[in-house]
Amino acid sequence: MRNTLFGLVAGRLGASLLTLFLVSLVIFAITSLLPGDTAQQILGQFATPEQVAALREQLGLNQPAILRYWHWLSGFVTGDLGQSASNGMAVAQLINDRLPNSLILAGITTIVSVPIAITMGVVAAMGRGGLIDRLLNLVTLSMVAVPEFLVATLAVLIFAVKLNWLPALSYVSTVDSLGDAMKIYAMPVLTLCCVLIAQMARMTRAALIDQLDSPYVEMAQLKGVPPIRRVMRHALPNAVGPIANAVALSLSYLLGGVIIVETIFNYPGIASLMVDAVSNRDLSLVQACAMLFCGTYLVLVMLADICAILSNPRLRNR
Amino acid sequence: MTRHDNSRDNRHDNNSDKLTSPQESLQIYRAMQRGLSRRDAMKLLGAAGVLAMGMGGVPGLSPAFAAGGEATPQRGGRIRVAAHSSSTKDSLDPALGATAIDYCRAFMFYNGLTQFDPDLRPQPCLAESFETTDSGSRWVFVLRQGVTFHDGKALTPQDVIYSIMRHKDPAVGSKVLSMVEQIDSIRALDQRRVEFNLSSPNIELPSILAVSHLVIVADGTQDFSKGNGTGAFRCQEFSPGVRSVGVRNENYWRSGYPYLDAIELVGISDESSRVNALLSGDVQMINNLGGNAAERVKQSQSAVLKATNSGNYTDLVMRFDQQPTSRPAFREAMKYLFDREQIKRVALRGYGEIANDQPIPPGTPYYFDGLPQREYDPERAASLLQKAGVAGATVPIVASPAANYSEDMAVLLQQSAAAAGLKLNINRVPADGYWSNHWMKHPLGFGNINPRPTANILLSQFFLSSAAWNESGWKNPHFDQLVIAARGEPDEAKRKQMYADMQTLIHNEGGIGIPVFLSDTEGYDSRIGGMDRTVPLGSFMGYMFAEYVWWKG
Repeated sequence: MRNTLFGLVAGRLGASLLTLFLVSLVIFAITSLLPGDTAQQILGQFATPEQVAALREQLGLNQPAILRYWHWLSGFVTGDLGQSASNGMAVAQLINDRLPNSLILAGITTIVSVPIAITMGVVAAMGRGGLIDRLLNLVTLSMVAVPEFLVATLAVLIFAVKLNWLPALSYVSTVDSLGDAMKIYAMPVLTLCCVLIAQMARMTRAALIDQLDSPYVEMAQLKGVPPIRRVMRHALPNAVGPIANAVALSLSYLLGGVIIVETIFNYPGIASLMVDAVSNRDLSLVQACAMLFCGTYLVLVMLADICAILSNPRLRNR
Repeated sequence: MTRHDNSRDNRHDNNSDKLTSPQESLQIYRAMQRGLSRRDAMKLLGAAGVLAMGMGGVPGLSPAFAAGGEATPQRGGRIRVAAHSSSTKDSLDPALGATAIDYCRAFMFYNGLTQFDPDLRPQPCLAESFETTDSGSRWVFVLRQGVTFHDGKALTPQDVIYSIMRHKDPAVGSKVLSMVEQIDSIRALDQRRVEFNLSSPNIELPSILAVSHLVIVADGTQDFSKGNGTGAFRCQEFSPGVRSVGVRNENYWRSGYPYLDAIELVGISDESSRVNALLSGDVQMINNLGGNAAERVKQSQSAVLKATNSGNYTDLVMRFDQQPTSRPAFREAMKYLFDREQIKRVALRGYGEIANDQPIPPGTPYYFDGLPQREYDPERAASLLQKAGVAGATVPIVASPAANYSEDMAVLLQQSAAAAGLKLNINRVPADGYWSNHWMKHPLGFGNINPRPTANILLSQFFLSSAAWNESGWKNPHFDQLVIAARGEPDEAKRKQMYADMQTLIHNEGGIGIPVFLSDTEGYDSRIGGMDRTVPLGSFMGYMFAEYVWWKG
């Protein structure tokens, strides 16, 4: 088992580094293709050519693209993320300010959504075709179908504007107590849960049903194993692999993909930092955010695979 | 020039249509204070008859009585203000100010030598007085005594010299480089007096020095993250794209100000989030509301809507150096194809003012009201198109969300052009990179011009033959002479005539069409006092609200 795990982790880490490198190349190329450069974006509509030229010189934008990429890469490898071109602050500092916010939001959402989603999925799979299954099916399908900006906007209209129970914006700076924190996170977490729970529950249900249909479960049934035990002891461990992967995919979305929620609740997270960075053509910031998102994704997928191996007796004992 | 929403006026005075008593004449006075133009006020008076005047209301009002239009200011309180745009590009370097939130911060933490009053006249600020010793090329500013920066340093002439001259360095990236280029040198005459020498006379220098970019910073400042200025608020926290907090400067030189203990500035880019935040009481002031958002604020019980015409406009740009816009008849035809009423009603939802293809907004000092309004006239346009030889042709027109409302205007223009036998093909391009890649590069496109502090700056930057942003590439030597001559003309009446001539030239021959002026819309919590003051340069009281508002809550 140790060899399997070690081999997997080592192989994955190597592949991850290669992936990160390729992603950074692609991001660099795409950012360079965008119309306008950092100097033009900073100076705006009413820039004079002399100013643009001076700022380009100052920011080193006159160097060939390959050289600029090399500068970034050599800095990145040595742990220097560089400076934001648009405001001169260190990229590490900017990320440091925002990342905790994103992690807190992602953490709370995970704690709330994963147990609910898996329970829903298991319950639906067990009562397949029954009333509960159809009901849960309907609920999850409608949750998937409703876009999150609608959920968020409706929530704000109802809970903040009409009922005045919750603040319309999520300002981390105003948190003094647990009650405050709950008020602030209630709506963003609710919105994100709507999307995530539905996806994860449906994946869980599908993975479990796949197992429940297999001959060994039928065998267990014929032996007279009670339904709960059949699912929990026999089927579920074999379904952990796909479920863990579904969870990992959903969670990776929580870091970089929550731009809509960040925008609507004005939550200062890392996704809006990246959007700012792209619109300002702030290359080192774009790269740093992209590496962060990509790295998180790779780590989560790897964790999911490890989960699958550890939970599966056949893989574990090999 | 300023239009308050009617429902709001009604809330204040329910019978503004029958002006018969001194109390009601007071309301006219207040309306004028709020920025109703004098001409409109006279119309109101005319409607009310001579009685109100006869009762001695308007001219005889004592200032104290007039100021009682709202409850007396009170000290204390903290408000949160949300601007429409904020990103990691935010800066406390006044030279780099790019959006409303930057301008607001500049006026919170710093002061200029001069500042604009509600009539857009420059008033003393850090300069206690100023005068020109010839007709506009040599100026002496006398600095106020006892002014200190937030870090305790006293204000000296060196600070002024550094603050202004740094804009001339292209590497600073100043947004007002073109305005300070005319300043040849600045020197200290003594410990209090500073002398400006200009390359050519400009009697409007005090107005130029009132813009937010030219506020005074401490000599030698390179790191602006502290916001060390002389302003009414000290910078307590500044994180770009997230928020900035200003707390009352206890040593502020203007006694009695500011009223508020603290102001938090944030950016909320999503319009409906901004309105929701105002209506739920999470923020107390917001700007930049589209038609629907403005209606929501208007209908709410807890918030007030304010619309101001500051002279912001989106214009149709017709290049002189490209086909078919180089043909005079074609350009004239396009101007006749604007159904201005419809554009105002449909695209702007009424939050605008009809314009007349020239950039000086009504109500400003040099507006020329003798220019006949160009009306929607598809038949005339059709015959002009015939004359230009493009009848029945298909012409592309470039629109983008970057130029506010240009997409709506393009669609409306397309419809009215069809009526005159011209087919317009709308080419929509993204806002991202619009100004560097599309603006002024197509025969037929749109631009958007923010208010400029003076008519001369506006005309110099956008209409002078040599101007970098001469949008249409229009070249007229007579106009150029007038722009330059007006800067050094000491006689007010002659100057007004010059500006009237310039507006007529642009209206008749210019390559831009301005269908409407866009109102600046803002919403604020009804518990904010002092918002009756309007400086028609932009929302948030011309970005200078910080020290003038108070909290009644």
